[in-house]
This record gives sequence, structure tokens and C-alpha cells, in this order.
Amino acid sequence: MSLLNLSFIVLLGILIFVLYFHFSNSFLDSYNRKSNGRFKFENSIRVVIFILPAFIVLFIFILYPVFETVRLSFYDKFGREFVGLYNYKWAIDDPEFRRSILNNLGWLLIVPTFSTFFGLVIANLADRIWWGSIAKSIIFMPMAISFVGAGVIWKFVYEYRGPENTQIGLLNAVIVSFGYEPQAWLTIPIWNNVFLMAIMIWIQTGLALVIFSAALRSIPKEMIEASRIDGASELKIFFSIIVPYLEQTILVIWTLITIIVLRIFDIIFAMTNGEWQTGVLANLMYDWMFRGGGDSGRGSVLAIVIMLGVIPILLWNLYKHKQEQNI
Amino acid sequence: MRQFSLTSILSQLLLLFFVIIWIIPTFGLFISSLRDKELLSISGWWTSLTTTEINEIHRMLGMEYQIQENNYYIIKGSIFEDNSGKKITSFGITSKKINEFSLGDIAIFKDNSEVTIDENGNYVWKSKTKFTKKKGKRLFTTSLSPPSFTFDNYKEVLFKEGIGRAFVNTLAVALPSTLIPLIICSFFAYALTWMKFFGRDTLLALIIASLVVPLQMSLIPILTIYNDFGAVFGVAAKSYPGVWMAHTGFGLASTTFLLRNFLKSLPNEMMEAAKVDGASHYDIFLKIILPLSIPAFASIFILQFLWCWNDLLVGLVFLDQVPSEIILTAKLKELLGSRGENWEILTTGAFVSMTVPLFIFFALQRYFIRGLVAGSVKG
Repeated sequence: MSLLNLSFIVLLGILIFVLYFHFSNSFLDSYNRKSNGRFKFENSIRVVIFILPAFIVLFIFILYPVFETVRLSFYDKFGREFVGLYNYKWAIDDPEFRRSILNNLGWLLIVPTFSTFFGLVIANLADRIWWGSIAKSIIFMPMAISFVGAGVIWKFVYEYRGPENTQIGLLNAVIVSFGYEPQAWLTIPIWNNVFLMAIMIWIQTGLALVIFSAALRSIPKEMIEASRIDGASELKIFFSIIVPYLEQTILVIWTLITIIVLRIFDIIFAMTNGEWQTGVLANLMYDWMFRGGGDSGRGSVLAIVIMLGVIPILLWNLYKHKQEQNI
Repeated sequence: MRQFSLTSILSQLLLLFFVIIWIIPTFGLFISSLRDKELLSISGWWTSLTTTEINEIHRMLGMEYQIQENNYYIIKGSIFEDNSGKKITSFGITSKKINEFSLGDIAIFKDNSEVTIDENGNYVWKSKTKFTKKKGKRLFTTSLSPPSFTFDNYKEVLFKEGIGRAFVNTLAVALPSTLIPLIICSFFAYALTWMKFFGRDTLLALIIASLVVPLQMSLIPILTIYNDFGAVFGVAAKSYPGVWMAHTGFGLASTTFLLRNFLKSLPNEMMEAAKVDGASHYDIFLKIILPLSIPAFASIFILQFLWCWNDLLVGLVFLDQVPSEIILTAKLKELLGSRGENWEILTTGAFVSMTVPLFIFFALQRYFIRGLVAGSVKG
């Protein structure tokens, strides 16, 4: 497709939606004016015009797929024959699946915890130092770049050359300068997961940091000043005042990062492609979508397992929403 | 307020430590993308920041360049290209003693020809007898090389490796994938906030539930729909409009949620007053809501745009991996597999893919942060 064609369809794609809203609404307005505002269905038609596109998209891309995925998980690889719990049984017996579950649990335990912790600590430090906002910018920056870009950055850090060569990867160069053997970090089972998680922590700390920074401003300055005058140490202030005060925020950030980590795919796909026992559910699912022509039954089971992880969070969100409505 | 207590110094050091750890990987990538590709594969990027000592072998010019002056046959030349910036500290004429002579020394070869060299690499090689060899003799030099950077890698990656086209493709994916949800969700959020209709609360609850549904749930069913659609209408199953709509679907819940939170905070009286004056909902939307929502739009635009720009999975599943459709992240992943040892291509490609996010980040950081914070406080 030539660049001219491409820019044309891009423009057209956007324009269609603008024109839809403009013409349908203008038409309704003029019709309503002609009938002197006595047109009874004006409001109902207006609602339909306003919500229809979004509703169709919501239905096709979220609601229908959720039910379809559940259905497909009980069918064979082509989605034609009912096979009952066969796909679920396969998953339980599959060593790759168990490995992925374990890895996912590791990710869920380690990444949100460390990101939240670092975010909180850095937000606190930066809040009190005159060059803090520059520091925050720098630590927040990885949030802007892609997981694949971050993957390349860190693959370069982890780069391994044989012991007889000059190391061009930073980590191995440091190790060698201390007199140790260089390591192919990404191929050491179990530990390589930690090296991959480090990338995610590097990215998500920025998210935690900016949210904590905003939340820190809500802590009354007098409270901290008073405890300082009473002789409390900075560490004591941090653990006895700031952490309890930000409990809600900590919970929110922890959940937010948990949701992101649960879907983690790009980093592993780009760095190891799930080899050397680094696979997680999303990668396994992607594999099964295309492996051997694709197996929609097994792929769907894996999608559902990922979904199960967010259901508690989903219910909690709905519960909170309901509470807000009642106020 | 600047304090110089012990805690203050300790916290500054600790923060500095974090900052250094966080910036170094990206910095290394950036420096590497600007380095000569030969040097990149044999030395760490950190060595290029300072003046380094390098040993090189050069061959002097041959017989056709000789001129005759007084009683000598002379060959003059330079071993460096112009403006290389290298400074010679010592040289040698055999591989065993590469540092034998210092600047200004006269080195004498076995055939009694003699050579001198200055620090910029200009040598004078003279002999009483005529030079008879086509190739000149070898010179071993030790020189100090100042940091030197080049844009060659960028030229190669953009035009030869297809990253330039992937950049355009990514833009063609990300722009509509950001604007379409923004358009349809602003009307949707308006209806959810200011219009009364049957099922509104249920719809809102659905949006809130959809916020956390992982997009993996949708991949297989939507791919099936696209395949069927393509087969029935005889069009490609994987196409740009398909990706736009997929991104629109996956961004719909969060965009609507953020916009609704914003709209809810606007004063109701304004709307009521306009309605009394006979304005329709569309008038109100265009003339009151739209101008007021620009900052909120900016935040949401940035979030969704970065999400689409940085996405890999959606682009991988819903686009063909051909030059006219492949997006930057998918291209990078492909290069990681096929050119894993060519760090000049990888580092430069990665940096090209980061230019737009980094630009947005530095230019519009305020809106970016505002969007993230707004999205998280209730999400």
C-alpha cells in the first residue's frame, strides 16, 4: 500500500465517525425544529445516536468475546465439536502450563511489590530534595517507551560474550571487573525470570512514583512537622505516618500493577520467547493461537485462566462503584 | 528549603543512586546508536565517552606516489582521514614492538628507508633508492581517540532495514486508534453522564467491569470474526481498519471511564441554562462540553496514543507481518530474532521507536501524568 493510499484511508477512517455524529445529530436537530419541539421521540433517538457506536464496539470487542471464549474452551481446536472439560484437563496435565502458572505467580508477587515499594521510597525522597522533580522525570521515563524497546535496552545490558572476549553488556562488564566469570543471564533457569522481572519493575516504578507523588501532597504538612519537632526520625515518620496515611493509594497502585503484570506478554516474547523456562500464560496462549494452525480450545482455556486472576479485582471495582452511587 | 543535615545528604545520595540505575540502560542504548558499528561490537559503550587509547595498523602508500626531492625519494601521506581527531602518541614498524618509537623519532627500516610521523598522522617516508613496491610498508600506531559519534546507523536503519516504513505504519495504526475511541467515547460518556435512559446504570457497571478484562479474552473470537468477515466479503482479514477497531474496543472502557469522571465534575447549572434556552444535546456537546474538555482530551489522547504506539500484541495478531503493514514493535522483535548480534541495528531501531513516546513525554508530561493519576485513583 502506497503512503498516499495509507494516509487517505487513515483520514477516511477518522472522518467517518465525525461525519456520522455530525449529520445524524444535525438532521435530528433540524427535524425537531421543524416540528417546533413537539417531536416526541427526540430524546430517545438522541440517546441512540450518542451511544450506538460505542455500544456496538463494546459488544463486539468485549462482551461477545468473553462469552465466546468461555464457549470455545469447551470445544475442539476448530471450535466445532463439544469436548467437555478436555481442554481443562489438558492444561492441568501440561508441564508448560504449570511452569507458566508458577512464573505468573512469581511475577505477580515480585513486580507489584517492588514497583510499589520503590515508587513510594523515591516519591518520598524526591519530595524533599530541590532537584527531586528532575529525578522523578528520569525515573518516570521508562513508562513512555514500549515493552519491546525496554526489552532491547535490557538485552543490551544483559548481553553475553564468551569469557575470552571483551564484554559489551554492562552487567557482565561489571561482573568481570570484579573478577567473576561472565554469565548468559537470560538462559539460567529460575534466575532469568528475575532478570526479566527487573525490566518490568524498572518500568512500573514510574507509574507508582507519579501516583504517590500526587497522593503525598494530601498529607497535612503540620503532622509531619510536628512529629519532626518531637524528635521522630525520618524512617519513623515514613513507617508510622506516611505509609499508614497512603494505605489506600498503596492498595490502588498494587492492584493496578497487578492487572498490568497479569497480561505481561511483550517483554518475554521479545527477550526469550518463553524459552529457558520463562514462559507465562499470555505467551503460552499466543503460542497456542498459532501453533499447529491454532487451537482455539486450548488458547481459550489459557485466556480464561488469565481472566480468573482479575475477577476478584473486577468484583471489588463493581462493589466500590455501587457504594459511590449510593452516596 | 536547602538543608545540609546528615539525613538530607543521605537521601540525596540514595535518590542519586536510583536515578543513575534508572537512566544508565537507556543512556547506554542512546550512546551505542551513535557509535561506529565496528567499535560497537568490540568495546563497551562506556568506553566511547572518554578519550581512549587505540592501537591500529596502517599501510603506507606505494611507489606511484613517490616524488624526488634533493637526493631522496619521498612518499608523503596521512594515515587518518581528515578530522578524525585522533592523536598519535607512539608508533612502531614491526608487530613485535608497536610502541618502539615516540613522536619525532626517526624509524629506520631494514632497507635503510626512514619514516617520521607527526601527531596528526602525517608521515614522511624517505629513501635514497627508488621505491619499487606497489604497496607501502606497515605502520603500527598507538593513538588517543576522542569520543566520536556518527549518524550512519540511523541512515542505515531508517532506509535499508525498513524501520522508516514501520514508523509510518505505526503512525497509521496509532492515530486513528486514538482518535476514533476519543470521538465515540466522548458522546458515550456524555450520554452516560447527562442523559436519562433505560439501562444507563447497567451500562455504566458494564464499563467498569470491562476496565479489567484482559485483552487476551478477546483475541481468538475477534480473529475468528475478522477471518469470517474477510472470507464473506472477499477482503483481507488483517487490515488497518481491523486494528483500529480492535484498539478502539480495548481502549473503550478506560476512555469512557476517564471522560465520564471528568464530565461528572462539570457544573450542572450550565447545562440546564443552555437547555432552557432551547439548545439540543448536540449543541451543548459542541459549544459547552467540547471546549471545556480540551485538557481531559489531551490527557486521554496521550495515554491511548502511547498505548497504541507501544503495543505489540494487537499489531502482531491483527496485521500481516509484511513491510507495508508491520509496526515498529513487531519489526524490532523480528530484528531481535534475525539480527540479534547486530547491535548497531537493534540499538538504533529501538531508539527510533522511542522518539515519538519520548517527545510526547518531555513535551506533554503534565497531561500524561494527569491522565495516569486520574485513571488510577478510581481504577
